[in-house]
Amino acid sequence: MSDLLTPVLSANWGDDKSWTLAAYRKAGGYEGLTKALKLTPDEVTNLVKDSGLRGRGGAGFPTGMKWSFVPKDNPNPKYLVVNADESEPGTCKDMPLLLASPHTLVEGMIISSYAINCHTAFVYIRGEVLHVIRRAQAAVAEAYAAGLLGKNILGSGYDLDIVVHAGAGAYICGEETALLDSLEGRRGQPRLRPPFPAVAGLYASPTVINNVESIASVPAIVKNGAAWFASMGTEKSKGMTIYSLSGHVFRPGQFEAPLGITLRQLLELSGGIRAGHELKFWTPGGSSTPILTAEHLDVPLDYEGMAGVGSMLGTKALQVFDETTSVVRTTLRWVEFYKHESCGKCTPCREGNWWLVQLLKKFEAGTAVEGDVDKLLDICDDIGGKSFCALADGAVACVTSAVRHFRGEFEAGYSTPAWELFPYGRSALFEVAERSLSLSKGASTKGAHA
Amino acid sequence: MSGHEFQSFFPESGSVDMTDTSTNIDETTMAELRELAGRYPQPRSALLPMLHLIQSVDGRVSPRGIEACAEVLGITTAQVSGVATFYTMYRRRPGGKHHVGVCTTALCAVMGGDALLDKVSEKLGIEPDETTADGRFSLERLECNAACDFAPVMMVNWEFMDNMDPEKAEKLLDDLAAGKDVKASRGATLTSWREAERVLAGFPDGRADEGPSAGDASLLGKKIAAANSWSAPAAEEA
Repeated sequence: MSDLLTPVLSANWGDDKSWTLAAYRKAGGYEGLTKALKLTPDEVTNLVKDSGLRGRGGAGFPTGMKWSFVPKDNPNPKYLVVNADESEPGTCKDMPLLLASPHTLVEGMIISSYAINCHTAFVYIRGEVLHVIRRAQAAVAEAYAAGLLGKNILGSGYDLDIVVHAGAGAYICGEETALLDSLEGRRGQPRLRPPFPAVAGLYASPTVINNVESIASVPAIVKNGAAWFASMGTEKSKGMTIYSLSGHVFRPGQFEAPLGITLRQLLELSGGIRAGHELKFWTPGGSSTPILTAEHLDVPLDYEGMAGVGSMLGTKALQVFDETTSVVRTTLRWVEFYKHESCGKCTPCREGNWWLVQLLKKFEAGTAVEGDVDKLLDICDDIGGKSFCALADGAVACVTSAVRHFRGEFEAGYSTPAWELFPYGRSALFEVAERSLSLSKGASTKGAHA
Repeated sequence: MSGHEFQSFFPESGSVDMTDTSTNIDETTMAELRELAGRYPQPRSALLPMLHLIQSVDGRVSPRGIEACAEVLGITTAQVSGVATFYTMYRRRPGGKHHVGVCTTALCAVMGGDALLDKVSEKLGIEPDETTADGRFSLERLECNAACDFAPVMMVNWEFMDNMDPEKAEKLLDDLAAGKDVKASRGATLTSWREAERVLAGFPDGRADEGPSAGDASLLGKKIAAANSWSAPAAEEA
């Protein structure tokens, strides 16, 4: 039985100059790489397969299996692309990882690239995080200077180049095929699959796309063994992972634990809900994962546990809201996000989210009419599953789950504004004069990303 | 009036502002654009970084910048414009010296982000998507910036300003207006939006060693584990 918390990826965070090569090496860094280069690429892939590592970016697809889909007989170059476009509302694990220990990712990228026989790898970092990009650029430069990148890495005969690439503000580029279009210098719009990226990805060549945390987990697996990794977690959800707790909790923060810890346990560690308040609703893995309530406090936070209660593990971004929070207001804000971030390719998503916002604004203002809850669900039905990518499904999930758990609050929107039922100032962390909430009361749409 | 006149809900969308043709792009810029294009297996992959560079040089995506990217990559200006108008970070009109963002996605909004945005907007005398007349500040209503454990969050020149409240925001803006050194919560001393854009383009400014390794919230789990002597299992025997 593992300990309640198991810092591996976060073990060196906070160390003196933890982002530098010297500090990373002092903490045992690049030992996994040395070991990996003595194995064959297939042996490395099998090690990752045996560990049971599943994608940490949301979908939970087995990482080693993804690698094994890369066709060996395809004459085109193979590419590794790391998805560091962390933008899912609530998600805040990859940025601190890259800030504190970019070399963990660089080492993971070298090992993973070696496993899939790739010689050019990319890390696509969202553009709005300047210092994270600085640290990643510096780590890659240091790695080149130390012979860990470039030609004949550590005398192994293996060559690899890494390009650090900054995005430019588009949530959709976290979707893997939209990311590829963006990395090709185009508008970031999802592609139809098949073909899957493993067969025809970047430049129509075999491409593996993995989340930062997935690739960053690889060095520890190679260094400590597949069985070591699999000794943590639950039957089908192996290993340690980073849980991000935010919102109305006493102490928000990052917790690295074996998969399967519960929200109740995490809340106990973080001092519970803020003083004098109680849990109302939460997301297990960002706003695209259906919301849950206090009745789900003891459900294991692993892939199966969350699926079992009609949600998803997602990015393990636990956004916690207390009883002062209006579900209608929160849902509106999430859908405004999806409306702005819809790439516009698919009509149901582009138009449907626009209509959802119009309707949700009425619920918030207390001007919805009898039957609008059903209309809301009807529009959701026209969007979900009817678009190319999962953005549409995520947008709908927050609405349908909110109605499922809090239908009465939506029906109250037939007569009463949300800000009267739940005075917004009470949810804030500081004193808020009511007059200063003009924005949220719909008096203005300034900068609302029309 | 038939009552059916076309009414656009997207007054801000469209192509780049072609009315202002001023530019600072020179041979050095062109050489840097070509350098960026050379970093990728296929040059067009450099378009996003190239547009970041254009913004650092011209303070916006300028008509000449669009042409320069098209020339270097051998694609049409329409293709470049199509990309430039897709991404939120590219500005059609000049940004301020300091680009200030306030997160108002659900969690930050609920925890005080809405009130913060109102405060900042009032203080600067501009609405989101506007720039002050003196060119010192531009304001943006941000979407989730991956720092939710530090909510409510502001960003200045894409540096993290964590755990904000109206008083801290006011002091931050006063200090920036007075030209004082301001340090990001988890980052370097603030420079300017245009200098930040140059780094995003792929030209490091040598400031990676500034700032802390991590914020307090990032270290919370690690500290609790240490206090309880919790750790990952020992490695397998080789």
